Amino acid sequence: MGLAHYLTLAATLFCIGLFGVVTRRNTIGILLGIELMMNAVNINLVAFARFSGSVPGMVFTVFTICVTVAEAALGLAIVILLFRVRRTVSADHLDLLKG
Amino acid sequence: MTTDAAGLALLSLLLPAISFLLLGVVAPFRRTGRPAAWLSILFAAGAFGAAVLACRAQGIAGEPTRLIWNWLPSEGRALATIGVLVDADSTIMLVLVTLVALLVQLYSIGYLSDEPATALGRYYTYQSLFAFSMMGLVLSPNFLQLFMCWELVGLCSYLLIGFWYRKPEAARAAVKAFWTTKAGDVGLLIGIVLLWRQAGTFDLTDMRAMVESGALPVAGLSLITFCIYLGAMGKSAQFPLHVWLPDAMEGPTPVSALIHAATMVTAGVYLLHRTSWLFALTPDVLLIVAWIGAFTALLAAVLACVQDDIKRVLAYSTVSQLGYMMAAIGAGLSAAGFFHLLTHGVFKALLFLGAGAVIHGVGSNDLSRMGGLARKMPQTALLFIIGTLSLAGIPLFGGFLSKEEILGAVWAHGLVGPFILLMLVAFLTAFYMFRVVFLAFFAGPVPVSVASSGSPAHVKASAAHDSHAHGHSHEHDPPATMLLPLWTLGLLSLAVGIYFTLIAHALPVGEAEHAIEAPAWLTPSAVGVAVAGILLAWLTYQRRAIDAASLAGMFGPIRSAALAKFWIDDIFTFTFDVVLLGFSRLVGWVDRYVVDGLLNVVSAWTLTAGDRLRMIQTGRAQDYVYGVAVGLLILVLWMRWALA
Repeated sequence: MGLAHYLTLAATLFCIGLFGVVTRRNTIGILLGIELMMNAVNINLVAFARFSGSVPGMVFTVFTICVTVAEAALGLAIVILLFRVRRTVSADHLDLLKG
Repeated sequence: MTTDAAGLALLSLLLPAISFLLLGVVAPFRRTGRPAAWLSILFAAGAFGAAVLACRAQGIAGEPTRLIWNWLPSEGRALATIGVLVDADSTIMLVLVTLVALLVQLYSIGYLSDEPATALGRYYTYQSLFAFSMMGLVLSPNFLQLFMCWELVGLCSYLLIGFWYRKPEAARAAVKAFWTTKAGDVGLLIGIVLLWRQAGTFDLTDMRAMVESGALPVAGLSLITFCIYLGAMGKSAQFPLHVWLPDAMEGPTPVSALIHAATMVTAGVYLLHRTSWLFALTPDVLLIVAWIGAFTALLAAVLACVQDDIKRVLAYSTVSQLGYMMAAIGAGLSAAGFFHLLTHGVFKALLFLGAGAVIHGVGSNDLSRMGGLARKMPQTALLFIIGTLSLAGIPLFGGFLSKEEILGAVWAHGLVGPFILLMLVAFLTAFYMFRVVFLAFFAGPVPVSVASSGSPAHVKASAAHDSHAHGHSHEHDPPATMLLPLWTLGLLSLAVGIYFTLIAHALPVGEAEHAIEAPAWLTPSAVGVAVAGILLAWLTYQRRAIDAASLAGMFGPIRSAALAKFWIDDIFTFTFDVVLLGFSRLVGWVDRYVVDGLLNVVSAWTLTAGDRLRMIQTGRAQDYVYGVAVGLLILVLWMRWALA
């Protein structure tokens, strides 16, 4: 199992996550997609750390996971607030950015 | 000695300027009316005194002196200077301007006694400004200062014609005067600029030296002198730009006397006299000047014969006399024109002020409402007759010699056509002026002519009866402030006439090389023609031996054409309404539908494109992420293959 295998897995996971982010209509589904993309990045970090023998890479991964957890909590809080205000969590109806 | 003259002339120039500034800036003082008027008169008197002293210091033969300051410096020398140029012509003209200005200002105190104080103050402010600008014009050492003062007198003319600006006719006349003279002024400005390109200087003295040494190239000079003549044509009311002057009579009568008879309208003649050495290089333009001058004189004289408004008769006679002066200039003897300018300035101011006294008394300009005034206003009548005899060119009166000189000059120059026209004018001048005298001062209104001129005259006739019913109390000689200027001018024109008829038989400002030998029959025939005119007027309007209606009938078509002012105003109106407005409408159509249409199409395209483009901005975050992802993919692919 070489580095390429890990990287391929990570890229696949990233693409699945991206696909979820772009296609899901449910805001919670989009958050899940983002989590998947984050984890793809983590896999990359760990794989590079392992193959280059660098301990700080591993430590940084743990750090990233912490941040991801915080981000997920924040994202879910936003979704809940959004639901309270708009009575929906469908991304189709959230088009306030429209020019 | 001569620098004294320049200094005195400068003092004379600055006094009215100070008076104008005082009245213009210190508004509470201006609104006091009478004190402001007396201040202006005081300064005008000072200016007159200084002008007389300057004229005496300069003398006839004194060297021209200049007192100039650099105004627009450029490349080591002055592009333009400002100051005074003093010689015999300018000091004599200065005396005339200040004299008439002083007398008119004095006269106005009585004439405008019914005006409110603020209006009176405004009037005297304008008068002071006019005196300053006219003197600046007369004394100007270069074309640039001349042009500025030229425009300033035009402005003063506009302001004073429109003095009673609540009267719509006065306001319209003011605008008409301004625009008509402006049309000529554009020509003058173009001429000055072209002349500067040719000569490299604005300075009159330098330019004259260039002309005399032959350094000024003659090629293309005709266009330049013609452009300058255009300016003079507008200011001095030459055909076809004469239309503004009769309408300018809507202003107060003293203004007509000062600006539209004695001084401002003669600025064009003065300019041509001042630059006669330049015009001498272009004989073809001089020929045009002579012909237009003579034609204007005849046209205006014919028009004057059919006017019923005393001021309009005088206005047309002014146009006619300006034509005389122009004809003299065209004949190459500009000194004769200038001499006639001076004598005309005196007696025409006298005539206007006399007419003003009549109007003040009767309360109307209409000749049919006057009649028999000689008994009620004996002094006015006497002075008016002196002015009329001067204008008719009778020996011993002011205009005699100057008119002879002009006729002699035109004849000696071989201009037979203009000479015949001018002789005819001399006859008509005597006729129409004595028509005024007889109608206003001696015989009553002519019942026959009233009946013959149709239904509006009946209204006039009944109005005349009304005025007789309750207008008698005013019909007496005017107060002293009005009589004094009249007497001064009357005696002056008599003195000038007697001096030049009996003592000096030559021009005061004539140059020896221009001296001409007039044929012996000239004087008797010119006087004879004038006397014939007087006789005809006497027979028609005093003795009623000749029926005025049948006399008018003899000249039926000419009379009806003259009543329509020879349709010149109509031609101008047509030119404006049909040609100019039609062209403007065409331009407007092109602008609205072609130029604007193109712009509208382009802007419509832009709007549509923008509308389409904003569809991709859905406002949904997912679409943006999709866009970012695709963009990133393309970037990666590009880096992989294009850059590798």
